[in-house]
Amino acid sequence: MKRERWGTRIGIILAVAGSAVGLGNFLRFPGQACQNGGGAFMIPYFISFLLLGIPLCWIEWTLGRYGGQYSHGSLPGIFDAVTKKKWGKYVGVLGLFVPLVIFFYYTYLESWCLGYSIFSLLGKYSHISDPKEMGGFLSAFQGLTKNSHFNTVGIAYGCFILTFVVNMIVIYKGLAKGIEFICKIAVPILIAGGIFLMIRILTLGTPDPTKVDLNVTNALGFMWNPDFAMLKEPKVWLAAAGQIFFTLSVGLGAIMTYASYLRKNDDIALSSTTAAGMNELFEVVIGGSIVIPAAYLFLGPELTMLTAQKGVFDLGFITMPIVLNKIPFGDIFGFYWFFLLFLAGITSSISLMQPIISFLEDEFGWNRHKSALALGIVCFVVSHACIFGLGAGVLDEFDFWGGTLAITICAFIEVMIFVIYVGPKKGWELLHRGADIKIPNIFRYLFYITPFYLGAILLYWSVFNWVPWIVKPFGIDMSIAWIKKYPWINITQIVCEKNPLILYTRGGLLILIILLLAMIFTAWKLKKNKGGEK
Amino acid sequence: MTILGWIFMLGSWGLIITLCSVCFYKVLTTRKDNIHAPLDIDTED
Repeated sequence: MKRERWGTRIGIILAVAGSAVGLGNFLRFPGQACQNGGGAFMIPYFISFLLLGIPLCWIEWTLGRYGGQYSHGSLPGIFDAVTKKKWGKYVGVLGLFVPLVIFFYYTYLESWCLGYSIFSLLGKYSHISDPKEMGGFLSAFQGLTKNSHFNTVGIAYGCFILTFVVNMIVIYKGLAKGIEFICKIAVPILIAGGIFLMIRILTLGTPDPTKVDLNVTNALGFMWNPDFAMLKEPKVWLAAAGQIFFTLSVGLGAIMTYASYLRKNDDIALSSTTAAGMNELFEVVIGGSIVIPAAYLFLGPELTMLTAQKGVFDLGFITMPIVLNKIPFGDIFGFYWFFLLFLAGITSSISLMQPIISFLEDEFGWNRHKSALALGIVCFVVSHACIFGLGAGVLDEFDFWGGTLAITICAFIEVMIFVIYVGPKKGWELLHRGADIKIPNIFRYLFYITPFYLGAILLYWSVFNWVPWIVKPFGIDMSIAWIKKYPWINITQIVCEKNPLILYTRGGLLILIILLLAMIFTAWKLKKNKGGEK
Repeated sequence: MTILGWIFMLGSWGLIITLCSVCFYKVLTTRKDNIHAPLDIDTED
């Protein structure tokens, strides 16, 4: 059945907003920025946005619409159609791996939002004003500690089950009307709430008169004062690139999947640029003015960075309840804030699942219900590793390997395939076919710069992380000397040798890639046996 | 907050708000009906 368009121009902008806003803007970005030194992070972040984010949005929309003409909606199929090489479909495996890995933990994060919205309504944390106690509240909720607030992980698990069921109903049924409702009603309220909170935080002045350094100006300085010394650290550049990919949903195949359903002359230039710009508006202007300054004001710089190091998503759940407790009707605002984040998270979950559902539909001929059910079972089982292995760092491992490294590699592959098999000149023409905006010609050179920039980040990071590890079996122990000299080499900051669960997680992720490769092999073999491809 | 910090913050905000304003203007004034957001694209299933 043909889906109805959302009618008005404002409807289109709200649809873009609904697609752009998610947990990455309000939870992951503040955590990443604080984990990587505040102001030190923002320079690589903006360079990544200009040199990677915007060009990759254009590339994904262009490749997606192009691949859609060959009836493929996921990366393996699109790469196969574009490259016309046997290996094309296999390098597209990351377009299935990345969204799947992110989905494994994304629903659990959504469930924290649901839980906190309920706690806010019940006034469960309304008496807490001390950040350390709020940290204890979160830890006990996550099942990491036991205290007067929670004895087990049971409440968090219940919230996860509820969240997972809601997600699966929306994904299983493809509820277009429900998504439209979220975008048209919930997202504007979330934005209005965000602007309100932003104004409230920026007018807090010096919340604790005994700590004069912890004021709003210094809080903004923590985020915006450039720290050029940190620019030599590869992990900051990789983290910035990863955040740009995560937040713009590029490098994971979702945009390409949606674009594959467009008509040949539908606009992609204005659509993609609007989506990228709006996302940054939510993330940097609104999101960056809420959680990071609030964290600085109530925790101080050291504790802010320490909290972000412990868990990249924790910061928003510790600082926001404290801020909300300090405004009139804080419980009601708290409920709205976390519940709307929960709804915004659902729209992102749908986008995460779409590439894999399209893969199963296009390449195996499954229908949406069968695809969603199979995926639901897999995701439900694996998500338990995030819930019960949270303290061991499993969630952050998923986020690093899926949401930072694999997403960057996938983006690199997309760019290289675009540059080699489509070409910057033809790509620029394809981008402008049916376009409602003429992008200034100077930006076409980004298609030449992006592959080198992305390649340089990956090379820089690889040299400092993999070389010592590769040469170790040959008796050359560079790692110890190097790590002593450059402690930032150990990018994940997790000593996996002492943490078996981390090793199992990495092994599990490797097995997942192998299984997905096997599925790609099987799909093409089945199609070949049936007498040719679609 | 240093002077460089203020310049960096206001410059970044200005860039983002200008980009959004141009895009919104184009979306609101274009006569064609072929602009899309990922979530309003019909995935035909």
